[in-house]
Amino acid sequence: MSSFSFARSLRRALLIACALGALVFFSLALAAGEPHRFDDPSLAGRYQALTEELRCPKCENQNLASSNAPIAADMRDRISEWLNQGRSDEQIRQALVDRFGEYVLYKPRIESRTWLLWGLPGLAVLLGLVILGLLIIRARRERVSELDERERARLAELLEKHAPEALDEDDRQEPRS
Amino acid sequence: MSIEWLPELGFFALLLALAASVLQAVVPLLGAWRRNPLWMSFAQPMAAAQFCFVGLAYLALTLSFYNDLFSVAYVAQNSNSLLPWYYKLSAVWGGHEGSVLLWSLLLSAWGLAVAVFSGRLPRDLLARVLAVMGMIAVGFLAFVIKTSNPFARLLPLPPGDGADLNPLLQDPGLIVHPPMLYMGYVGFSVAFSFAIAALLGGRLDAAWTRWVRPWSNIAWAFLSVGIALGSWWAYYELGWGGWWFWDPVENASLMPWLAGTALIHSLAVTEKRGTFKSWTVLLAILTFSLSLLGTFLVRSGVLTSVHAFANDPSRGTFILVLLGITVGASLLLFALRAPRVTTRGAFSWISRDAMLLANNLLLLVMMLTVLLGTLYPLVLDALGLGQISVGPPYFNLVFVPLSAVLSVFMGLGPISQWKSMKGAELRRRARLGALAALVIGIAAPLLYRGEWSLGVSLGLAMALWIALPLGRDLLIQLRRDGPRGLKRLSRSHYGMVLGHLGLAVSITGVTLVSHYGVELNARMAPGTSVEVSGYRFTMVSLDERRGSNFIADRATIRVERDGRLVRLMHPEKRVFLASRQAMTETALAAGPLRDLYVALGEPLDGGAWAVRIQVKPFVRWLWAGALSMAIGGLLAASDKRYRLRRRNRIDVVGTAPLEEVGR
Amino acid sequence: MRSRLLLFIPLILFVALAVFLWHGIGRDPAARTSALLSTPFPSFTLEDLDDPAVLHDQSLLDGQVSLVNVWGEWCPTCKQEMPQLLDLAERGVRIIGVDYKDTRDNAHAFLEQFGDPFTFNVFDPDGSLGFDLGVYGAPESFIVDANGVIRYHHTGYITPADVDRVIMPTIESLGP
Repeated sequence: MSSFSFARSLRRALLIACALGALVFFSLALAAGEPHRFDDPSLAGRYQALTEELRCPKCENQNLASSNAPIAADMRDRISEWLNQGRSDEQIRQALVDRFGEYVLYKPRIESRTWLLWGLPGLAVLLGLVILGLLIIRARRERVSELDERERARLAELLEKHAPEALDEDDRQEPRS
Repeated sequence: MSIEWLPELGFFALLLALAASVLQAVVPLLGAWRRNPLWMSFAQPMAAAQFCFVGLAYLALTLSFYNDLFSVAYVAQNSNSLLPWYYKLSAVWGGHEGSVLLWSLLLSAWGLAVAVFSGRLPRDLLARVLAVMGMIAVGFLAFVIKTSNPFARLLPLPPGDGADLNPLLQDPGLIVHPPMLYMGYVGFSVAFSFAIAALLGGRLDAAWTRWVRPWSNIAWAFLSVGIALGSWWAYYELGWGGWWFWDPVENASLMPWLAGTALIHSLAVTEKRGTFKSWTVLLAILTFSLSLLGTFLVRSGVLTSVHAFANDPSRGTFILVLLGITVGASLLLFALRAPRVTTRGAFSWISRDAMLLANNLLLLVMMLTVLLGTLYPLVLDALGLGQISVGPPYFNLVFVPLSAVLSVFMGLGPISQWKSMKGAELRRRARLGALAALVIGIAAPLLYRGEWSLGVSLGLAMALWIALPLGRDLLIQLRRDGPRGLKRLSRSHYGMVLGHLGLAVSITGVTLVSHYGVELNARMAPGTSVEVSGYRFTMVSLDERRGSNFIADRATIRVERDGRLVRLMHPEKRVFLASRQAMTETALAAGPLRDLYVALGEPLDGGAWAVRIQVKPFVRWLWAGALSMAIGGLLAASDKRYRLRRRNRIDVVGTAPLEEVGR
Repeated sequence: MRSRLLLFIPLILFVALAVFLWHGIGRDPAARTSALLSTPFPSFTLEDLDDPAVLHDQSLLDGQVSLVNVWGEWCPTCKQEMPQLLDLAERGVRIIGVDYKDTRDNAHAFLEQFGDPFTFNVFDPDGSLGFDLGVYGAPESFIVDANGVIRYHHTGYITPADVDRVIMPTIESLGP
């Protein structure tokens, strides 16, 4: 791909962007087969988001937006109906959970049984950083064996002479065992 | 010889392969223990015999498919006389039994490769490595023979024709995807075997690392390609235009990849600096264990997934026992024999050592997150705490910040020095790249869409921050010696550059396609036209097409931009004759800057169809990046120093006992 | 010595993981417990299958233990389930049918062919009651106690063995 065509595409995209804004919203309003129209474009965005984060209870592992199962179609219909009635996202999620269980939420709620799920990655990072810090503090103490500048230069010289094969930049800065 | 004998011959070959692998597992190990050179030298011929016999079995199954031997149950379930010949060959791994056989075949192929290419290894190390690979082979061959015999007959009443290969799998992408993926999974068995052999022999020296590194890089490259192919296949074959679903089966392949990525970086530190050996060994065990875990998850039926095989609890039990023995025993061995955690090498906060450790930490947390999210529903259910789902919103939420932090270290790693360096020096080296990444990252969404977006800016800044510093070493060499200077950098350096660049390219693709992808579901009949992202899609006609084993409704859709024809696209809805299954065949107009994606949904009344049209900017970059990573891995594996060192047979290798390592 | 003990951590974690995996084997990952257990039967107002003029609502379930069976003519396993339902009806169980996403004609033809164990049949052509029940296929059955609270949920068809093993004991435990 030439940089020329890239620039041209960018310019073209820019020009069309504004004109397309409305179309994008319109397109978001539709999912798998049957069209759902919303007068308010923000509803379309919420519809898209909801159907993507909710799981079809019948299918193997699909969200509502991509499933062709009849129950997924029913649930999409109901979601758009509720959106048009002015219900909030949380009310809609709750209404579906009341019928089909927490199983339909791809993003589990934070509650006592999911603390570990939500907390462990962060905890692991923190714990890992602490261990890493301790390791480095210990490793910093072991400076005794390090070479000084003069020795290093001498070593690099020796290596140049005796190891003519390709070396990384860093290979020249340290001794080989 | 009549071909009617083939399946029995194949089964017999499997039994012989099992016998060979038992010998391969036991005799060399005893030899290494008793220091008996004859017994040790048993390893190589047995590895070759194992490969030949499994290869023979595989050939027998392939020929059974090719010749439509429907009296073989597995052939009858996964093939059909109308199936094109190339799908008959790939149908061999279209179901559970054959794919385990492929697994075993690739395992024996890796074993053979080790036997052939590691002739210069110290004899006892080679004996132990091949013995461990033999043990893994015993497990898998026993699994095939006991629970998943692909040669079982349907007698006395064989069906007249087969039930056909799952239509989802009748696709060129699927011809290559499983072999690549399994090559990766199984390839990590080499690093694993080296790790176990080192623990058994009590030796973990610098030479060991140099031997393991190329094998791990190659396995990692295959796994990268396998995962990318799977994602690409899901993208065009499932008809939703998604490329990653955080499905348990995808996660099963991502976990060993993440651990493997950590492993190849940890190996770099261990080779260069001689530190963190036990950590590297643990990662080698972990990576292969996760490959086995993935196998278990996909085949045991404990999780629901679009891609899981039809399941049978007895198989799950067998693999779990296998997993328990392999992983349990190796972790026990690790706990008992691993060298103490020592940091012989000194390094400071600002050093490449520290950056690589941070990278390892983050990769492992990512792996842990995938594991946690995949198994959490299972654990809650087992504890009677109800049924929940953990899906894309969870993973995306956790992965975005983790990858952002990871990319910070990825940008700094290649421009930092081993051991220690001045903070000011690192800042000086990073300054220009950081500035460019920030400016371009912030400006790009404004230029591209006229609207600022945090996600896009973050993603692009991350990608640039990773990519730009990679040029530093190249520039230094260029400035010093001109183009000749570029030759001074090693292949493993270029491998690293390609690998990191690949990730930057993938991040760019992910960022742009997730933020700027446009999707439209339209009702279309001949004559209807809709406009998406400046492209006008017009349905020209609808007709019927007959394939060798299916009938398809085919639409012709004309795509124009600014009044100029871009492409005629032909999405299809196929109904397969044998299974009556309907399949969506998407039409794609691929390009480096965008894909146009058209899929037929359901027929609507009035001769119209629901049509899903998508414009996906930069989606190709995703897979291009993965390819670049894989090439990087292979390039690094082919580095001169692995070949050189191997040629100067190193006899000192056998002399560094365990105790000395922790000096 | 302490650092040697630390090396056992990976092994311990793995053993814990293996225990959960072991537990997962053989369990059906598609099986789901209903979210409606121990909650009142959802409110509805729907026509009777036989007589459009008759309207039913949730008060239909008050005062007596009932088995609510969601079925449809289009559902093949519903046909296999009919003998068990007839058996239950003969044993005096009050069975309320919910004819789910069906047409009256098809439903009547079905009942004529396979028998009619239902005390009443609620006609639910667009599946609205089914939706409120969290039903995503047929057949599904619910046992509702005399106060109109759902006590038991059965996905898929009731096998002859289920009748004596779970259905009857559950109904009997809830009293007359």
